[in-house]
Amino acid sequence: MHPAISVIFFTVTSGAGFGFLTLIGLGVPLPESGVGAFFASLIAGGLAVIGLISSTFHLGRPERAWRAFSQWRSSWLSREGVCAVITLVLFALYALNWVFFDNRIVWLGLFVSIGSIATVFTTAMIYTQMKSVPVWNNILTPVCYLLFSLTCGTLLAGSFGYWEAAVVSLPFFALVSIVVAWGAKLMWWQSGETLSSRGSDTGTATGLGSIGKVKLLEKPHSGENYLTKEMVHQIGRKHADKLRMIALLIGAGLPIVVCIIMLIAGANGLLFAVAALAMIAGLFVERWLFFAEAKHAVSLYY
Amino acid sequence: MTSLPTETTGKKLGLVIDLDTCVGCHACVVNCKEWNTGGYGAPLADLDAYGAEPVGSWLNRIHTFEVTPEDAPASIVHFPKSCLHCDDAPCVTVCPTGASYKRGEDGIVLVDENMCIGCGLCAWACPYGAREMDPVENVMKKCTLCVDRIYNDNLPKEDQIPACVRTCPAEARHFGDLGDPESDISKLVAERGGMDLMPEMGTKPVNKYLPPRPKTHSHVEPEAPKAKALDAKGFLGWLDKTLEAL
Repeated sequence: MHPAISVIFFTVTSGAGFGFLTLIGLGVPLPESGVGAFFASLIAGGLAVIGLISSTFHLGRPERAWRAFSQWRSSWLSREGVCAVITLVLFALYALNWVFFDNRIVWLGLFVSIGSIATVFTTAMIYTQMKSVPVWNNILTPVCYLLFSLTCGTLLAGSFGYWEAAVVSLPFFALVSIVVAWGAKLMWWQSGETLSSRGSDTGTATGLGSIGKVKLLEKPHSGENYLTKEMVHQIGRKHADKLRMIALLIGAGLPIVVCIIMLIAGANGLLFAVAALAMIAGLFVERWLFFAEAKHAVSLYY
Repeated sequence: MTSLPTETTGKKLGLVIDLDTCVGCHACVVNCKEWNTGGYGAPLADLDAYGAEPVGSWLNRIHTFEVTPEDAPASIVHFPKSCLHCDDAPCVTVCPTGASYKRGEDGIVLVDENMCIGCGLCAWACPYGAREMDPVENVMKKCTLCVDRIYNDNLPKEDQIPACVRTCPAEARHFGDLGDPESDISKLVAERGGMDLMPEMGTKPVNKYLPPRPKTHSHVEPEAPKAKALDAKGFLGWLDKTLEAL
């Protein structure tokens, strides 16, 4: 699949933003009010909003984006839009009370957390539902999206330096969640379903497989088309192994080392911020591969 | 609207494509483009049409495959591909706006281009690559089964069929109601063993493909015809004998 920058940026940043929103809603220790609360809200809400705005850049007709809220009964993309807007409105109310009245309303926070988790889940389901892309059509896809989102949120929350009030050691919690999240991703990479593992090949795609071995002799047109550009993208697969290593080193290795340093030498807001940025950078590579490596059934015709 | 229709008439209009007779002439491709660029919805645009890298949206494309049986030489199969108007169309349910829909009355899958936001998700959901984004209008285009021909009483009766079917010089394309087991087209499917493409995707396509008829295996060495003893009579017989005698 074509790795569109707008969609990669959207899934990574809004994932991190909604992960942070989940933790804020759960009452993770953060500045009690005023400027600190404002900045925490700005970063969490800002990441979520920037991501959502960037997702509209890949629309052919962005001016009609509002129509996407209508089909929540059947469409995961529509559900995502609805969940995101409801969550952000609830969070706006929560943040107002927090910043101006020193009041983190517990019940409202819980709704923000539930809404944030639902938003990330619906994002993941847009991809998970695609039977035409077997590697996405996997229960571990939403698991990875949710774990990455919460891990980014934890690291971002730690950056504000209020870890001493936490019920569990925040560096330890962060370390565990980094390991678990990337563990799930490794399982996803291992268990990756393919077109052939689902029984699809050019033989079933053309129905000619029962006669003999089927091979494309001539494409419909000599040039590219929308389908080959959008769904028969091949560049990403060439360096996939190297890029996986890069994603793991930056997104997992570096934050793990930082967390271990903090476990030994004590927590530090700046170190948390370094770990958060590394994790997000690693996720950009991971997300690029998520698209570039995914093979769509239509590639069987080309 | 993006849910699949719950009330249907049982009518399933669709195409049957005969892979045995298709000669790969691309006439259906061209006529499809011609009709649909002036018919339903936005024109089917091309970019850089006369340049080095032309691209454009087409609703019907012909691929050519080489099929090699284990015990016979390879053969060529031309393979026209357009929307299969699936019963369980994944392109419909993923649509966030309700632009993509399947009609209850005849099963045709259509796009309301005024509602389409061009997100491309329906094209991703289709395992067959039946949908293409228009490069100028930025809305999703797909086969309409020539909905603006088949019900159009302003056209002569023989033209009230999809453009691709009307134009096919080999009569490799057939149009009709695949929901009615007594229709000519359903009988043809039954007789020729019509098949679904990628049934494992669970899309339940309405359109069917007729497989190429079994070939006479040419690996059996044909017997050389024996030279017949020349037994000409009349003038030719006389000529033969005379020339022989020379």
